[in-house]
Amino acid sequence: MEQPTSRISLKPAMTPFNIILGIILTIGFVLTIIRFTSGLSAVTNLDDNNPWGIWIGFDLLCGVALAAGGYTTSAACYLFGLKRYHSAVRPAILTAFLGYALVVLALHYDVGRPWRLPYPIFWQQGTTSLLFEVGLCVFLYLTVLLIEFTPAAFEWLGFSKLRDIIVKLTIMLTIFGVVLSTLHQSSLGALYTIVPSKLHPLWYSGYLPVYFFVSSIFAGLSMVIFEGSLAHKFLHHKMDETHLKESKGVVLGFGKAASFIMAGYLSIKVIGLAIDNNWHYLFTGYGAWYLFELIGFVALPSFVYAIGVREKNIRLIQWTAAWTVLGIVLNRFNISLIAFNWQLPSSQRYFPCWMEICVSLFIVAIGIVVYRFITSNMPILYEHPNYRNDH
Amino acid sequence: MGISRRKFLGWFGGGLSATAVSTANNVIAGSNHHFKGHPDTMGILHDINRCIGCRKCEEACNKVNELPKPEKPFDDLSVLDQKRRTHADVYTVVNQFKVDNKNVYVKKQCNHCMEPACASACFVKAFKKMPNGSVLYDESVCVGCRYCMIACPFNIPAYDYDSALSPKVTKCTLCYPRVKEGLLPGCVEICPKEALIYGKRNELIKIARQRINKHPNQYIDHIYGEHEMGGTSWLYISGIPFSEIGMREDLGLKSAPELTSGPLSAVPIVVGLWPVLLTGIYAISKRKDKVAEEEKQEAVEATQKDADEKLQKEIAKLKQQASKEKETAVKREVEKALEQAAKEAKQKSEEKAADAASEKKEDE
Repeated sequence: MEQPTSRISLKPAMTPFNIILGIILTIGFVLTIIRFTSGLSAVTNLDDNNPWGIWIGFDLLCGVALAAGGYTTSAACYLFGLKRYHSAVRPAILTAFLGYALVVLALHYDVGRPWRLPYPIFWQQGTTSLLFEVGLCVFLYLTVLLIEFTPAAFEWLGFSKLRDIIVKLTIMLTIFGVVLSTLHQSSLGALYTIVPSKLHPLWYSGYLPVYFFVSSIFAGLSMVIFEGSLAHKFLHHKMDETHLKESKGVVLGFGKAASFIMAGYLSIKVIGLAIDNNWHYLFTGYGAWYLFELIGFVALPSFVYAIGVREKNIRLIQWTAAWTVLGIVLNRFNISLIAFNWQLPSSQRYFPCWMEICVSLFIVAIGIVVYRFITSNMPILYEHPNYRNDH
Repeated sequence: MGISRRKFLGWFGGGLSATAVSTANNVIAGSNHHFKGHPDTMGILHDINRCIGCRKCEEACNKVNELPKPEKPFDDLSVLDQKRRTHADVYTVVNQFKVDNKNVYVKKQCNHCMEPACASACFVKAFKKMPNGSVLYDESVCVGCRYCMIACPFNIPAYDYDSALSPKVTKCTLCYPRVKEGLLPGCVEICPKEALIYGKRNELIKIARQRINKHPNQYIDHIYGEHEMGGTSWLYISGIPFSEIGMREDLGLKSAPELTSGPLSAVPIVVGLWPVLLTGIYAISKRKDKVAEEEKQEAVEATQKDADEKLQKEIAKLKQQASKEKETAVKREVEKALEQAAKEAKQKSEEKAADAASEKKEDE
């Protein structure tokens, strides 16, 4: 482990990964200029029937769901008293903070007048809108995450008094974070409760908010496992003994929780199917796709998680986490793109333009660069020597 | 911590009461209240049977809204070959449908819902339902999120995708500025066949009902827009089932706000209950830790005590044993001493006796 004495380490090593990152960042920069000089039509395939594309379906919906690791991990550690997960909290909070910050950044590309994004909160509140609910909660939660993240930055900068003040607020911030996450995770699903005529009945349900909330929990848990496995591969030297010692327990514990919650999610999905009496749709093409999602990306990973936990097979659990994350992306894509506008003829359906995909990759690339910078410099994967045994 | 918590609760209460006040003004979501629309609200009745597809209404709309001229002129009827929808610079279109070898024409534009989905969905209140029926859009606050377009069941609002920095949503205003001046909406005024009638919505429903009753073989028994999605200011009657002429009949009767009122009403409940639940879980887990700690302490103490007692007993026993041993040792010593003393005494007396005997012998 390195001593956190060096303030900044910027090593522009010419690894293949860095070169690809550099290319994506350059393309993204060019596309940014085009977007803000020629409008959305120049870089997207959006049209009047399909006003939301992958910048909403991926960047917003998946971004928020996959950043759920922040509230799930901090709740597990601080509220549920599972202190052996303590070393997982900081990386999870950091990912969540970056995730939300990038969601907001992506929205700047998607909305028409990004400088007006504060309007709904400070100028004129559309309280009847679920999007207002989402906006307000994301704004507040981003603030909470920023505050939750600051202790690491303060330790790095040596502001120990400020750091101690923030650490004292931990429980309150965690509760606040869980409340806000419950609200906006579910409200993202509730956005679609207004369109029973556009979203395929298999995906439309009065329970959409509940589905989004519950799936965000196992999305967050899986993301912590998945990201942990990546961090172990590439940032192993940054981890201290506590982190390395606890990480196996985190994988097993989170895998077990995810398996259990996914089983619950599966059952409420079936209950929704039964309540709306949508069984007959299962025998259509969309039905096959629905079953592919539900069995292939919920039921099976839940089962494999359980096996992994029983046999203490860390590798298997890590792969299942990646599988589950993919399932969340599939689910959000189904709701926002694939099963949305299902009744329109195929000529009027949306498929993303390569430039839209590049902008989404660009946003992810920014996230990777910032994550790497922060974990290389601040006490995220290890405990700062001055503050050890402080919890 | 105490102060900050109190402050926090204060803010919380303030926020909650503000929400309560603002919702009380706008929406009555619960109980059995029912919004029947603004009294004497206006509307337009479109008698599809009378429409001849001349596109005059499109032209008038283009003119009164000062929109850019289209590529093909309005008297070019070849555009009718394709199904069209509204766009950023097209607020209304007429579509042609072939049913039983007969051409049927249907005008399409914003239906000005009684409880508009766009207004309900807008997070910055850019849409407003006016008492006279118009649903108006305010460009000056619009962020350009396009949730209104997602929400609209009729796919009407359009967006300026070509504009880089000032894109806006566009749609029919029911000619709000003209109506305010006492003029008829552009499309109604120009229609050569009176396929469009402007009037009070209640009256229009009566007229529509009369036509249907008078000519039951010419009209199907359905006023489209009377109840669809909670009702619309535009009403339609037709001789062809609406689903065959591009108008969805599966939208349901619930208005958009009704569809989202459930999830919205859950929000304050979560705000109220979650902190209680979570603090409870925290308190329980902390209490459990504390109890476990106490129990550990107690167990340690008990073991200690046990050990102490045992030790004490052992010591006492040992002490007793030691004293016993000492006693016996003393006794033995005493006995030994006594024995010794007796022996010595015996010896002495024997010696004395021997001495006496030898003295006696010497005397003889």
